[in-house]
Amino acid sequence: MKLSQNAQITDALKQSVVKLNPKTQVKNPVMFVVYIGALITTVLFCFALGGIHGPGERAGFILAIALILWFTVLFANFAEAIAESRGRAQADSLRGARKDVIARKLKSADNPKDYTEVKSNDLKRGDIVYVAAGDQIPMDGEVIDGAASVDESAITGESAPVIRDSGGDRTAVTGGTSLVSDWLIIRITAEAGESFLDKMISMVEGASRKKTPNEIALQILLVTLTIIFLVVTATLLPFTGFAAGQAGRGAAISITIVVALLVCLAPTTIGALLSSIGIAGMSRLNSANVLAMSGRAIEAAGDVDVLLLDKTGTITLGNRQAAEFLPVPGVEEKDLADAAQLSSIADETAEGRSIAVLAKQRFDIRGRDMSKLNATFIEFSARTRMSGIDYTADGQANEIRKGAADAVRDYVTAQGGTWPEACDELVKQVASQGGTPLVVVRNKQVLGVIYLKDIVKNGVKERFGDLRKMGIKTIMITGDNPITAAAIAAEAGVDDFLAEATPEAKLTLIRDYQSKGHLVAMTGDGTNDAPALAQADVAVAMNSGTQAAKEAGNMVDLDSSPTKLIDIVRIGKQLLMTRGALTTFSVANDVAKYFAIIPVLFFLIYPELARLNFMRLTSATTAILSAIIYNALIIVALIPLSLKGVKYRELPAGKMLSRNLLIYGLGGLVSPFVAIKLIDMILTVCGVR
Amino acid sequence: MSTVIFQDIFFLALLIALAIPLGLYIHQVMDGQKTFMTPVLAPVERLIYRVIGARPDDEMKPKRYAFAVLAFSLVGFLFLFVLLLIQGILPLNPQHLRGVNWHLAFNTTASFISNTNWQAYAGETTLSYLSQSLGLTVQNFVSAAVGISVLFVLIRGFIRHEKETVGNFWADLTRVTLYVLIPLAVIVTVLIASQGVVQTLAPAHTSTTLQSASTVTTHLGPAASQVAIKQLGTNGGGFFGANSAFPLENPTAFSNFIEMFSLLIIPAALCFTFGKAVKDAKQGHTLITVMVVLFVAALAIITISEHSLAPHYAGVIASGNMEGKEVVNGVGASSLWGASTTAASNGAVNATPDSFTALGGMMMMFLMQLGEIVFGGVGSGLYGMIAFVMLTVFIAGLMVGRTPEYLGKKIGPFDMKMVCAMILAPPLLTLIGTAAATLAPGAASWLNNTGAHGFSELLYAFTSMANNNGSAFAGMHTNTAFTNLTGGVIMLLVRFIPIVATIFLAGNLSKKKIVASSEGTLSTSNLTFAGLLIAIILIIGALSFLPSLSLGPIADFFTRL
Repeated sequence: MKLSQNAQITDALKQSVVKLNPKTQVKNPVMFVVYIGALITTVLFCFALGGIHGPGERAGFILAIALILWFTVLFANFAEAIAESRGRAQADSLRGARKDVIARKLKSADNPKDYTEVKSNDLKRGDIVYVAAGDQIPMDGEVIDGAASVDESAITGESAPVIRDSGGDRTAVTGGTSLVSDWLIIRITAEAGESFLDKMISMVEGASRKKTPNEIALQILLVTLTIIFLVVTATLLPFTGFAAGQAGRGAAISITIVVALLVCLAPTTIGALLSSIGIAGMSRLNSANVLAMSGRAIEAAGDVDVLLLDKTGTITLGNRQAAEFLPVPGVEEKDLADAAQLSSIADETAEGRSIAVLAKQRFDIRGRDMSKLNATFIEFSARTRMSGIDYTADGQANEIRKGAADAVRDYVTAQGGTWPEACDELVKQVASQGGTPLVVVRNKQVLGVIYLKDIVKNGVKERFGDLRKMGIKTIMITGDNPITAAAIAAEAGVDDFLAEATPEAKLTLIRDYQSKGHLVAMTGDGTNDAPALAQADVAVAMNSGTQAAKEAGNMVDLDSSPTKLIDIVRIGKQLLMTRGALTTFSVANDVAKYFAIIPVLFFLIYPELARLNFMRLTSATTAILSAIIYNALIIVALIPLSLKGVKYRELPAGKMLSRNLLIYGLGGLVSPFVAIKLIDMILTVCGVR
Repeated sequence: MSTVIFQDIFFLALLIALAIPLGLYIHQVMDGQKTFMTPVLAPVERLIYRVIGARPDDEMKPKRYAFAVLAFSLVGFLFLFVLLLIQGILPLNPQHLRGVNWHLAFNTTASFISNTNWQAYAGETTLSYLSQSLGLTVQNFVSAAVGISVLFVLIRGFIRHEKETVGNFWADLTRVTLYVLIPLAVIVTVLIASQGVVQTLAPAHTSTTLQSASTVTTHLGPAASQVAIKQLGTNGGGFFGANSAFPLENPTAFSNFIEMFSLLIIPAALCFTFGKAVKDAKQGHTLITVMVVLFVAALAIITISEHSLAPHYAGVIASGNMEGKEVVNGVGASSLWGASTTAASNGAVNATPDSFTALGGMMMMFLMQLGEIVFGGVGSGLYGMIAFVMLTVFIAGLMVGRTPEYLGKKIGPFDMKMVCAMILAPPLLTLIGTAAATLAPGAASWLNNTGAHGFSELLYAFTSMANNNGSAFAGMHTNTAFTNLTGGVIMLLVRFIPIVATIFLAGNLSKKKIVASSEGTLSTSNLTFAGLLIAIILIIGALSFLPSLSLGPIADFFTRL
């Protein structure tokens, strides 16, 4: 239900006028100065109409200045409004999801039949409700019983339903989402007005957008520059008066010109775009389906220099694949493949299927007639840590087992079989290559090892290399043993790894890095991740995770994607870079504006200064008008950049600085010379003198 | 010209060569480490602590440190103010000079407390020997020591982490005076006294000239000791009204060299102290490089302008602009002095700035208008420069996609406020002071010149006071109640606003953790950064003063073409 592009622009135009309210204006000190300047020149114009004006000053000129200043203010308003409109459109569609529904409130979780009907808005924290297929979940909560598939498209935009059930790491449900199947019993964890959806609406709308520390610091810098220019321009009144007396020629410059000069010199470009840069950064994060609990978190993301990345899903594909059959001496590889295939034939996991695929590729072993075999499949269980098959062939009962080396060894020795040393060698060999060894045994005889390979995702090595260039360390977190972890770490090119990771180990690792002065980012979902999430500087909780994890984090990833962390860092850095680039551009612009205005400004007092007018601008009038027209138009011209952000590349700081300095520093120095000269020529052609 | 260039290069090379060991020595003093002077001075140091009741290891929080600085300065202020008022009834006054009038006493006191040494008076005819030595010379030492102490505080802000305190003011003050200023002053006193700078308590000498048999009074006094510290402590207040342009204050080429040298040596050395203290010598090298680049650029413009842009007269060999310059110094050494004294916030002169060419005078003004950070005052120059570094880091740091940090300290809103206070004070007070003067009734009558040069005289005077420099363009009658009062207030504000801001900035920095640096951290010790820092300094300076300079020296230059 997104607003169309045109509707957004219309809405923003309307908002630009609404924002002329002085109460709104005063929040942005730099633009407030322009606003006051516009008011003053408007009043001066009225006086001039009444015949009260400085010597040689024309009412038309004052009007032109006043109008351009009003447009400058409107352009700044528009920049902010257009940035906000995207968020507003998103918020509107979220509001659609936040309907008041009738909830079935239970007296106790044991008896879903015994309920009273209450409005979802009246639910209190701790209430227990029953939700069935087709119902909307009335409020945020935690599943305490049942399992169901939930359509969360209202908040994530993802149409495939997700599973929510009790007891695990997928217990959190969000108000406004709806059940597609089954039922859930939910304990309510939020009340009306403070739900996840409410928070999300106010965040995307920018309503609760507080200025971030960096934004405040930058604002202080801009105000400082504005104060300097205010004094520089205001003191020109007495200076020129005095100088005119000394030179015996000319007169003090007019207030209109002082105002125009002040607006030219004040950092209006960045002043006008600062807030839209922040809002746009937040909206880019939202478009990546990440919800930041504060703007501060995005800035911290730019600063992060240690990323804790979960191995599975981020570095490796989620599923391991069979890569090789490694028979022990005395066993044919084909024999091993045959047994492995047979034991995996009913195994629907990706690993099991990959074994069947490998057997087919290597030896063309295909499906067989299971009914003849009288087969019983033994499913994998956490206790035995093995799976397999019992079957009869040629009248003989057989059993095949496959599993982790130590489990299979226990099984073999318990049955009185022998464990060949060669098998240990194979297991070690596979582990040292970062693979997972599965030992296959048929009737107490060890056949060999299946090499299950962790598949490192395409391109991650390059990605981590780029991050390293930028000074960001990547650390792989895995439950694997150190040997396997080391091999995968080497293949993926991460800087370090934490093997056999426990929540405590993660927490210690984070504290350790922080005490050395690093800023750490991590992703987590389970309740046991909560302490580490709370400790990390940027903590992204998966939306599928538990309530505790979400509360401990400072961002929520609605897609629950483990690679999101890298995107978040990019968005954070891009936001800060955009701010810096536009500030540099804005300050560099002043140099050209000075050269345009100063030589002609004191022309009446010291005609000799005209020699400095190397831009050959037509007159004082056209010079000043060109400068402030440029000043207004550059805001409009840079709105797209402030919304999209400056181009981001993974480069070391030094190179990034040189690049941005070249574009925005040098560009900011040169472009106004060209633009002001052009505008001056156009004004001259139009007959302005 | 080639001898001038050779002299300039030799001067700078020697300056850097001696600044390095001195800088490292000052670091030892700052840290309270043992130095080669310790055996001699430690007993004195302990005695001083006992007398004033201070414990050097009693670490102060920023508020207490700032309070100590202000209290110390206030007491010094009252003492000097009263001393000047009642000098007529005090001893060591062989000329029987009367007490100084109240507004001149206020201005002079403010001037010396704030390490400005703006002189609205002529020393030899206004101040008694007691006022000079007990009043002014003492302030020459301690106001310099205060500046260095405050720099120490800022340095501690960078090297400490998760700490609340910033050092002990009494220990800093005592150590700087005792271990750095006094020994250097002794050396310089001996060197210049050997050249003929007077050092006596005898009254003025009267003699009869051969030419017209008229009597001439030659003023004398304990000048050498005061001249030494006036140069070393970037004070600049001459013993005599004509300052180092007067033969008894600066008689020879050698004394001239020593005096120039001593006015830059401590500010230069402190850059190396900084590098040593933050355990990254390159940081100090970057700062000194930036200072030297700006200095050399200004020096080149001044020298070329003085050398080539002087008026030419038919039939006279072009000698450069010698008006208002001593023959012993010539264009070269006068230009070098002019650049040095305005780059450092010294303000001593060996020639008349009013007689410099329009562009030469403008560069001297501009060096001050940058905020006295190119070398600058002892201590104050470097903390001012660091404020600009933090401003630059703030803008550049954002461009590399991180929130800004300097030396591992993140720059937050509070830090930015303090940095802006440090940077804002000088230009605002310069402009507002000049504006007030232009509006003052009868302002034009204070000036020797009309036209653009007249405005330059006014602008120079307030630039000098509002940057704690103290040099006078001359050519302006400065001893009026108006300039004495506004000037006095400006000098105090521009000294103590940045001091308090620096101490609080340091306090806030020292509370922070030190962030680890990586490839993603902005380097603050390479050429790109140095270039950017220079650009920011010039842009802020140019943007603030281009309009007023256009009405003064720039118009002056063009109207004379």
